[in-house]
Amino acid sequence: MSLRALPAAVAALAVAGLVLGPVAAVLWRAGDWGRLGPGDWQALRFTLWQALLSAAVSTVLAVPLARALARRRFAGRGLLVALLGAPFILPTLVAVLGLVAVFGQNGVLNGALRAAGLPTLSIYGLHGVVLAHVFFNLPLATRLLLQGWHAIPAERFRLAASLGLSPWALFRTLEAPMLTRIAPGAFAVIFVICLSSFAVALTLGGGPRATTVELAIYQAVRFDFDLGRAALLSVVQLGLALAAGLVALRLGAGAGFGAGLDRVLPRWDARGGWSRGLDALWIGLAALFLLLPLALVAARGLPGLLLLDAGIWQAASHSLSVALASTLLCLIWALALASRWGEVVGLAGIAVSPLVLGTGLFLILQPLVNPLSLALPVTTLVNALMALPFALRILRPQAQAARQDYGRLAQALGLTPLAWLRLVLLPRLRRPLGFAAGLTAALSIGDLGVIALFANPDRATLPLQVYRLMGSYQMDAATGAALLLLVLSFGAFWLFDRGGRMGADA
Amino acid sequence: MLTLEGLSFTEADFTLQADLALDPGARVAVVGPSGAGKSTLLDLIAGFRTPQAGRVLWQGQDITAAPPDRRPVALLFQENNLFPHLDLMRNLGLALRPDGRRLRGPERERVLAALARVGLEGMEARRPGALSGGQQSRAALARVLLQARPILALDEPFAALGPALKAQMLDLLREVAEDLGALVLLVSHDPEDARRFAQATVLVAEGRAHPPVATEALFADPPPALRAYLGTGSGTE
Amino acid sequence: MKAITFAAGCLAASSALAQDAVLTVYAGDYIVSEWGPGPRIEEMFEARCNCDLQFRPGDLLPRLLLEGARTEADVVFGLNTDVTKQARESGLFAPHGVDLAPLTLPIDWQDDTFLPYNYGHTAFVYNSDRLAEPPQSFQALLDAPDDLKIVLQDPRSSISGLALVLWVQAVFGEEAEAAWAKLAPKILTVTRGWSESYGLFTEGEADMVLSYTTSPAYHIIAEDDRSKKAAIFPEGHYLMVELAAKVASTDQPELAQQFMEFLLTPEFQEMIATGNWSFPAALPRESWPEGFRELDLPETVLFYSEDEAAALRDESIEAWRRALSQ
Repeated sequence: MSLRALPAAVAALAVAGLVLGPVAAVLWRAGDWGRLGPGDWQALRFTLWQALLSAAVSTVLAVPLARALARRRFAGRGLLVALLGAPFILPTLVAVLGLVAVFGQNGVLNGALRAAGLPTLSIYGLHGVVLAHVFFNLPLATRLLLQGWHAIPAERFRLAASLGLSPWALFRTLEAPMLTRIAPGAFAVIFVICLSSFAVALTLGGGPRATTVELAIYQAVRFDFDLGRAALLSVVQLGLALAAGLVALRLGAGAGFGAGLDRVLPRWDARGGWSRGLDALWIGLAALFLLLPLALVAARGLPGLLLLDAGIWQAASHSLSVALASTLLCLIWALALASRWGEVVGLAGIAVSPLVLGTGLFLILQPLVNPLSLALPVTTLVNALMALPFALRILRPQAQAARQDYGRLAQALGLTPLAWLRLVLLPRLRRPLGFAAGLTAALSIGDLGVIALFANPDRATLPLQVYRLMGSYQMDAATGAALLLLVLSFGAFWLFDRGGRMGADA
Repeated sequence: MLTLEGLSFTEADFTLQADLALDPGARVAVVGPSGAGKSTLLDLIAGFRTPQAGRVLWQGQDITAAPPDRRPVALLFQENNLFPHLDLMRNLGLALRPDGRRLRGPERERVLAALARVGLEGMEARRPGALSGGQQSRAALARVLLQARPILALDEPFAALGPALKAQMLDLLREVAEDLGALVLLVSHDPEDARRFAQATVLVAEGRAHPPVATEALFADPPPALRAYLGTGSGTE
Repeated sequence: MKAITFAAGCLAASSALAQDAVLTVYAGDYIVSEWGPGPRIEEMFEARCNCDLQFRPGDLLPRLLLEGARTEADVVFGLNTDVTKQARESGLFAPHGVDLAPLTLPIDWQDDTFLPYNYGHTAFVYNSDRLAEPPQSFQALLDAPDDLKIVLQDPRSSISGLALVLWVQAVFGEEAEAAWAKLAPKILTVTRGWSESYGLFTEGEADMVLSYTTSPAYHIIAEDDRSKKAAIFPEGHYLMVELAAKVASTDQPELAQQFMEFLLTPEFQEMIATGNWSFPAALPRESWPEGFRELDLPETVLFYSEDEAAALRDESIEAWRRALSQ
């Protein structure tokens, strides 16, 4: 028994150490906690409010979308499901430009409104922040819920069909219980991501009303060098995230559906014209909302591809190798931590400010080695840490279901831990593992890396190059590099995700 | 001899006490009202639950603290007796090699023989999803056969099968048990199962697992607890 | 066999490099990138120093403050006026010892620690194809109709954003907060850094963007596009100077000194205009590259000393925040 608990304990300690260590180092260096000013309280209120709204809207909209995707089969469905993951993995700067191209003053939407003689809409304000966060996170919420739908054994739907349950009755008996288990976790993870939003919130928020805690941390570290205040703010941020995690843990408790026989069965419910039409509408609207900005980013970037030089390709290869290493590390980490409380621990990974994390790691490493020489390993480690909450959210429900359904059988057979991992857990988790790996790899490719403190001129990553291009008036080359980034992260995501779903369906 | 000595198990407001002994090689039915603790009794014997007091002994040896795979017990569950993503060869192979390594030639032969013994020749490459309910039960029995433990504990394994198929399975179970010379504990809702299969019956009711009684005698003159059960709950699941 | 010879060759090459003295220069990210002046600076300086100049990109000042005297930096390149006070008080820098006579800055510069190498002024840049009649003064900008949209940078995260609030402070003084309140409806949004703002502007989101008087030079020289212009206001423009400094704990004092001297040489100064898209700090206007000479320059230059800037900073940012949070 203790042998089984050991990896979980080690993994949890690693997360705690990696999060608390740097915060403590920053605090230790500062000497004492800073104080919060009146602006900080306002920032805290806005941060909470926009995160709540963003997470709620994303999760609520994901329900009909995931339901529609779960019960419809159509040509290109697989590709659509994969493409819907793309906004989540887009670097924020690029995504904002994509959204502005659609919803901005000069965007497609306002162009159409103007042509129709209607008043135009402004994207800038709280609604813009929520819109952007929904754009990023609706796909994640949808995929998490879709996973929940897939985890309901086909046998249960067969039973429902044989009872002739109406769509509403089916929703109440099968789908609603699944949602009450899955949705709080999805909500919590999105809430926590939005807590640390910064550039998106500010740009689309329209001004200092949209100041978030992360911006205050940025100011404290980079402008004021007020490390005490940075440490205090990041502890506040951590506390909020952990509170959200604990609430979700309470709400998301409940029994699973038991095991099925892995049969893929057609669905018999929702054959009416109404529900067909409604599903088609949801899928169509979501596809338009999520894919149009991407398409515009891609179209805008095509000519820029020609402007790219060798430096970009080298940066791309660095990004890819970091991504592969982070993915492997993250999956091992997540498998060890895949339990309810493990998920709460994992949330710390995205709850801690990357800036404080980087500063703390720098302080810890600096007396021992030259931090620059560790740029890529540290980036790998931090990317894995930051993807951990997502990997856990994806893996945990099914890892637990596997333990619940087959733990006794495995115990009765006396399976060794390795045999359990190799023959039962990994095969049972194939689909979520593929999804988690794809997401981790894509996030890692799209991530700005561990902050400029560790930036190494010879080891630049692709997102860093995009920012450098933009900072040097090279907007066209930047859009080209952004397209390359999009293609690479999406390619990595698609390969892993597809690998997970292939065979799992058969 | 399997001995439950002053065994006591409590969980919330549920209690189960047992003080009884069963002979090796016997076929014993475990009957009683729903929720009385039949499955709990099997779990205590198989090691999935730990009693607060008392001992479990097999041939005089105390196994109360042994984990499930170190006990002389093979357990068949109500469901999930096979991993759905593994074919039968791998599923059954795990009974021989719990470390999941490749089977050696003779081990493969044993798996094939066990499949043949339960009437599933040539099905070793199939996954459970591709089998009928009866075939799945047969495969599970083949797994038990390979585990070759001296005690077989079955928790309503054939509840989902029709009467004819169930009768077939009980006959097969008897053959397997005889092959192994194993003590069989069969939990069932259906008094017919007990009559058809078991020489002795343990009644679990009112928080107690009573010592075994000859099946015919028990049903001929049921004690009040059994009478209440037969009167209200028989025949339905 | 070939592999061994090759490996030996590599070893020889790297040890030859290792014998060269290394000058470590901390510089802003935009400087080090291949589209910034970094590569050219490296090439030019290595040609004259017989050394190996290594840039370290990233957060200049936070990193240096974290490292303290243990830093490997010999020179810091890319500091800004407005934040020099904190840098000076760290005590990490040594006097640059460079003769300041060649400076051609629009203000008198006598600092013995921080050495200017280029400058610009904050300005609102617009596209003359889109905005035919830009505001002729800062006051006119405040009085402009609210559908004139501008994009700014946040003074709490961006050096140009900070320069803007000081600019407003310098122009409007006591009335700064009221000025911000008048400007507020025209502010489309505020971004974290210059890149995001400028990106929004080039996407056509806004009529004007907070940038520099030198921005049009990029479009003229690199794109032959004369439609991007900086609106020049008679109230004056706030000056932003970029600076280099020598680190006191350097283990290469001579090289560091040589680098500091190099910054004011005509060779460097002629390069930096198009290298960093800024006005050279020590080059008369007639020697500027063609595209720079045709730029409109403000008649009045506003500037706060580092003590004044430090004293006004918190209040100016707070006035900005209050007025824009209404």
